[in-house]
Amino acid sequence: MDRRKSLKSILLGGVAGGLAVHGCSPKSEAIAEESTVLKSYTYGRTPKEVQRDQELMEEVFFNDHEMETIAVLCNLILPSDDGLKGALDAEVPDFIEFMSKDIPELQIPLRGGLMWLDHKCNTEFNLEFKVASEAQQKNILDTIAYPDPSVPQDQHPLEIQFFTLMRNLTLSGYYSTKIGIEELGYKGNMPNVWDGVPEDVLAQHGVAYDEEWLAKCVDQSKRAVIAEWDEQGNLIT
Amino acid sequence: MQIKESSKIYDVIIVGSGAGGGMATKILSEAGLKVAVVEAGPFFDPADPEQMTQLKWPYESPRRGASTVRPFGDFDSAYGGWEIEGEPYTNGEDTDFKWFRSRMLGGRTNHWGRISLRFGPKDFKRKDQDGLGDNWPIGYEDVKPYYDKVDKLIGVFGTNEGLPNDPDGFFLPPPKPRLHELFYIKGARKSNIPVYPSRMSMLTKKINNERGVCFYCGQCSRACQVYADFSSGTCLIFPAQKSGGQIDLFVNCMVREVTTDDEGRATGVSYINKEDRKEYKLKGKIVVLAASACSSARILLNSKSSQHPNGLGNSSDIVGKYLHDSTGSSRVSFIPDLMNRKTYNEDGVGGMHVYTPWWLENEKLDFPRGYHIEMWGGLGMPGYGFGFNVNDFNKFFGLTVGGYGNDLRKDVKKYYGSTIGISGRGESVAQKSNYCEIDPTKVDEYGIPVLKFHYKWTDHEIKQVKHMHDTFEEIIHNMGGESLGKKPGEDENYGILAPGEIIHEVGTTRMGNDKKTSVVNSYQQMHDVKNVFIVDAGPFVSQADKNPTWTILALSWRTSDFIIEQLKQQNI
Repeated sequence: MDRRKSLKSILLGGVAGGLAVHGCSPKSEAIAEESTVLKSYTYGRTPKEVQRDQELMEEVFFNDHEMETIAVLCNLILPSDDGLKGALDAEVPDFIEFMSKDIPELQIPLRGGLMWLDHKCNTEFNLEFKVASEAQQKNILDTIAYPDPSVPQDQHPLEIQFFTLMRNLTLSGYYSTKIGIEELGYKGNMPNVWDGVPEDVLAQHGVAYDEEWLAKCVDQSKRAVIAEWDEQGNLIT
Repeated sequence: MQIKESSKIYDVIIVGSGAGGGMATKILSEAGLKVAVVEAGPFFDPADPEQMTQLKWPYESPRRGASTVRPFGDFDSAYGGWEIEGEPYTNGEDTDFKWFRSRMLGGRTNHWGRISLRFGPKDFKRKDQDGLGDNWPIGYEDVKPYYDKVDKLIGVFGTNEGLPNDPDGFFLPPPKPRLHELFYIKGARKSNIPVYPSRMSMLTKKINNERGVCFYCGQCSRACQVYADFSSGTCLIFPAQKSGGQIDLFVNCMVREVTTDDEGRATGVSYINKEDRKEYKLKGKIVVLAASACSSARILLNSKSSQHPNGLGNSSDIVGKYLHDSTGSSRVSFIPDLMNRKTYNEDGVGGMHVYTPWWLENEKLDFPRGYHIEMWGGLGMPGYGFGFNVNDFNKFFGLTVGGYGNDLRKDVKKYYGSTIGISGRGESVAQKSNYCEIDPTKVDEYGIPVLKFHYKWTDHEIKQVKHMHDTFEEIIHNMGGESLGKKPGEDENYGILAPGEIIHEVGTTRMGNDKKTSVVNSYQQMHDVKNVFIVDAGPFVSQADKNPTWTILALSWRTSDFIIEQLKQQNI
């Protein structure tokens, strides 16, 4: 995986990405990049925030070897098989790269953990982690992927904390994308008329509405009628 | 550098555009007065696509909404936070006060929780009941007509329950509870803790032809593009402009001080324009401070003159004193009966559909004053942090925690929507020894001396929060749940949050009939300077176990009516 290309595809977005592929001059590519980086993230930023985002996106933290190792790990945590999309389909490594710049406290645990993986793999198998066989990789992960839940997280050895962090970032990075949200089945973030929990869900969880309470609630068929009250504060429309 | 002075003389200069400033802007401009509104942040309109965060997806932010930049996450509509670059404040010894500021038109009303509770009759007279603190010089009956008007103008859903200290009002109908709220109702009632529909300012029903109706995206903290929830810009300032009010908005303008004449009367304000970093002066016949409790105190304390050597209107030395915030603490729980949920759109309104007002008698308890309970849960939109410690709850079933591979996907779905959080928000007792003052050793980047805070919780608050945690555990147990994390003990003051963290700070310019012990009179007019009024939460004598916004709005309206009346009578 060429992480820079992948990072770039996010940065440039559709149209400018096309321009870049067609080999525009460096100058026009730079202009395209500047104007489209922010277009791909239009989420109501103040000018200061736009500037911060831009600076972080221009920075590179992990080197190629680290990014390749991160990709291997992400793929082990959420592989794409059995017809499922995986962490790499959701470009999770690029998200982890961004987060390591956005939250610098993540940098040493992540980088140190990656070094630990290679050291361990070299010691055990005389190979860097990313090129070891899947069986060898899993052999190592099995020693760090199952923390004792009775021990507080910050008291585990670094390699265990590292893997927990990688798993957390991978899951967050995956389930906060379009692919992940669809898989999860989150149905909101769109205009809706909330009118109570479906009957079958109430039954499944063993709860019910009481009639007295429901009688006080909004009659959604009258939501567009302008509210009026009597002098006692009783709604009459 | 010469300070540039505008020749225009306004009838009223309003400092700040949040709840109090917005209401004053509307009422005073509609009375035909020429109004200047001076706001320290930029113009903001949640319907502006450039500023909008509502209905954005997590992947539209490169950090998926993480709170790195904005303290409540990327999509929250507050430009600011507890720390603002270039605008520091300091804390005295043993103080950890957190001061949240939102620099934008509408201020904190753009992102607030919209919990819209009237203070009750007891809340204005607490000293009569427990001998602590002071009574307000006014009572519920003075404010009731204004609460009624605010309900009708702005819109609040809720129900008339006839409760003694949680008054009825003019409510829109509430939304039905969501699944986690049904669990809360069941759990609370088992311990005889009452639960009612919550009271929040979102339009579940049309209130006029200018504002839209709630479309249940659950994102009120992002500010509503159809103006279906209350924020000061969308519900007060924009309508006032539309109805032809003479309003000049000065945005990105940070007020430094109130200027005065030889008689000590206010003549206007001086401010720093953040864009050119130069100081300007505005002239006005009346100054209305609505910059927030602490910001208004800061402006007054920085407005020193030969007539007001201790700061404007501070002959009592009370400006800055009696600063108090709500108490707060929370507990999160895992509810096994909420596992394996079918998903559907249950976004609802932003925040809770049900709540518990204070329900006990303090005579039988070891602390004064009460707290209300809020709760949250449900099938929320994923963002940064979603999926962290994905299968930690396996430990409750003796199953393996951790791992990797596609089994994690099953754990994500199994536990999605199975947690409920419970929070208490309580009334603290105002103390003279909790205060803010000017720190003469520091200025902000505009050269304005900054605030220094001195604040310690007393045993009253700490015992109250201990009671909260006992209540939380009882309700969680009743819901068949597991309380997560450790119950905070005595060594952590039972988990009480730092003062300022609940963002209900009030009391710095308190009202009273005695000018030696208060800053403003019962109409929020300064005792010492008759043409200066304060309409933020500074004049609150006590905070109640309620959120302050609805009372700020009602009192600001009342003060605005008073100003109009006094102008007619040529008293000011």
